[in-house]
Amino acid sequence: MSTITAEELSATTLLRFATAGSVDDGKSTLVGRLLHDSKSILTDQLEAVERVSADRGQEGPDLALLTDGLRAEREQGITIDVAYRYFATTRRRFILADTPGHVQYTRNMVTGASTAELTVILVDARNGVVEQTRRHAAIAALLRVPHVVLAVNKMDLVAYEEQVFAGIAEEFTAYASELGVPEITAIPISALAGDNVVEPSANMDWYGGPTVLEHLETVPVAHDLSHCHARLPVQYVIRPQTAEHPDYRGYAGQIAAGSFRVGESVTVLPSGRTSKISGIDLLGEPVDVAWTTQSVTVLLEDDIDISRGDLIVPSKDAPATTQDIEATVCHVADLPLTVGHRVLLKHGTRTVKAIVKDIPSRLTLDDLSLHPHPGQLVANDIGRVKVRTAEALPVDSYADSRRTGSFILIDPSDGTTLTAGMVGESFASPEPVKDEAEDDGWDF
Amino acid sequence: MTTTVAAVSGETGTPYTLSHLDALESEAVHIFREVAGEFERPVVLFSGGKDSIVMLHLALKAFAPAAVPFSLLHVDTGHNFPEVLDYRDRTVARHGLRLHVASVQDYIDRGVLRERPDGTRNPLQTVPLTEKIQAEKFDAVFGGGRRDEEKARAKERVFSLRDEFSQWDPRRQRPELWNLYNGRHAPGEHVRVFPLSNWTELDVWQYIAREGIELPEIYFAHEREVFRRAGMWLTAGEWGGPKDGETVEKRLVRYRTVGDMSCTGAVDSDATTLDAVITEIAASRLTERGATRADDKMSEAAMEDRKREGYF
Repeated sequence: MSTITAEELSATTLLRFATAGSVDDGKSTLVGRLLHDSKSILTDQLEAVERVSADRGQEGPDLALLTDGLRAEREQGITIDVAYRYFATTRRRFILADTPGHVQYTRNMVTGASTAELTVILVDARNGVVEQTRRHAAIAALLRVPHVVLAVNKMDLVAYEEQVFAGIAEEFTAYASELGVPEITAIPISALAGDNVVEPSANMDWYGGPTVLEHLETVPVAHDLSHCHARLPVQYVIRPQTAEHPDYRGYAGQIAAGSFRVGESVTVLPSGRTSKISGIDLLGEPVDVAWTTQSVTVLLEDDIDISRGDLIVPSKDAPATTQDIEATVCHVADLPLTVGHRVLLKHGTRTVKAIVKDIPSRLTLDDLSLHPHPGQLVANDIGRVKVRTAEALPVDSYADSRRTGSFILIDPSDGTTLTAGMVGESFASPEPVKDEAEDDGWDF
Repeated sequence: MTTTVAAVSGETGTPYTLSHLDALESEAVHIFREVAGEFERPVVLFSGGKDSIVMLHLALKAFAPAAVPFSLLHVDTGHNFPEVLDYRDRTVARHGLRLHVASVQDYIDRGVLRERPDGTRNPLQTVPLTEKIQAEKFDAVFGGGRRDEEKARAKERVFSLRDEFSQWDPRRQRPELWNLYNGRHAPGEHVRVFPLSNWTELDVWQYIAREGIELPEIYFAHEREVFRRAGMWLTAGEWGGPKDGETVEKRLVRYRTVGDMSCTGAVDSDATTLDAVITEIAASRLTERGATRADDKMSEAAMEDRKREGYF
């Protein structure tokens, strides 16, 4: 790495990804190997792990100790919360959301997947696709994670048999495609032995695809923005009111989707007022065009009333505003969400009062069946919810925009984050109907 | 601006790619603006160390051409490097900012805090910090903490709620979804905000190089009188070093972190430029804290325990 200049290093891109796997699927080993083989575990960290492992009478270093950072986690030997890990190669920087695999931590998987561009789902080659695998696939599909990697682990324990891998890959791909997962890459690995994680495996010459790291390094992170709805939630109005800038009035925000150009006609929601972009400042420097996820300051030709919480959109592509939102939600708080619950809803930069009008159904992740009118959602439940807001909001469908199609519900009494919401239909496929679904009205 | 050109060409030639530094910068600016939009009295912890210097740089960019709408707060242990205090004061003056100081020495002089036998004052910062937050009614406190620093910090949220005693409860953290940060808090509570959560030490250095940010000289290799204690090179000073049996010698060293002189060690280095520092860090097999911070070596959960009490 020492031969690379600072400029070359800073030109690398960033990939955010999440891991999902059951307790014994070898997730910690995979994470440990990615960190270790990319030389991201430094000597003092490894020494600390070796020392504690030895104190406990373990034979080798327990790599899970690298990722379990809290007292309670070390005491119980489990991961109780999302942890974020960082590693780098010469081609890319990685932010890994390391999420626990237990069923009761669905909310943590949702948290990790919400910012991920890719999810690695681990499967034990001996067990194949199990309930937990389907649950992980469903969450990746719900959160619309663009890329999914199926890592079929422990290939060393099935004699590196191609047929074992092919069968699992086929079953998983069929299931996940039906849910609308757009891109699935299946890789046969042994995290313990190091096959196809960082180095190509000598034990599986029948496999011609990339290793896990190679795939992580090359998967595209840029998006084709030509068909994206451009959206800029206004965070803050910048008005210096100084002698140098007496009339500067800029609308600061991070572009949530699409791109904006100087000269473009825009509409401000919810007021509906229109103007033209007269300038875009990219952190102090003027630019002609800016795109997601740049933090910018937009200047308009007309002096119209805009404040935090407003949404700037192209006039030719403005979303409808509504006070009635139907969404798929994951309940993340310990107290249940019930019909009639008065909450706050944060969408983009706007927080409004809202009331839960109806909970039409709850989803069973195991078989994707629906339980109509469950009455309430408890921690880790995923369900459909109808919310009425005190003010009209310009919401997009989550399928079109992860940023402007998502919201959180907040308890107004103590500020607890209650629920993660995704507006519109849940799964991308138009008819992901399962035979097990009891009622014919599949609306997930 | 070179940023845009680099971003458009990208590594794959695809348009609309952001370099990793642009992505981290954009995210940090978003966090600063969220706090400016939602809180009444935010403050930026500023020690003159590289992380807080980068934070201030990001805040200046986030609100340009307007002034940074936050004041600064320094928890002064009384064991500071003079070069760093000088840097702090020059920076505050140059940007016309307001600086609050919470002084550990004041607490010791008043008999509220007692000097520790080992002379280390880092753990003593918690009380002055939390009392200052309460007294000034700060409702958002920016810190330069990064998740890559330490495994308890890897579990930290970007917006981290603290109760009226400034305590952190890792088991009762709010899930953080998308970029929808929840800053709700009751009177007396506050939120610690970490815009650099997703940065690594190398990212910070690369960003400093890219942006041409000035740093205190102690970050670069220089001749210095130091002595050996617990595997680290410490600078002699009025705080109580060297003791008998510890000999002072002149060495070429630099600092990777800036903290209390009594527990922040220097590393042997001949890196006198930013490029040389980056090369050295990229090749280093030690984390910055493992290499130079005595306070993190106190126990397996030292950081978690101090964070629970209100430390950063």
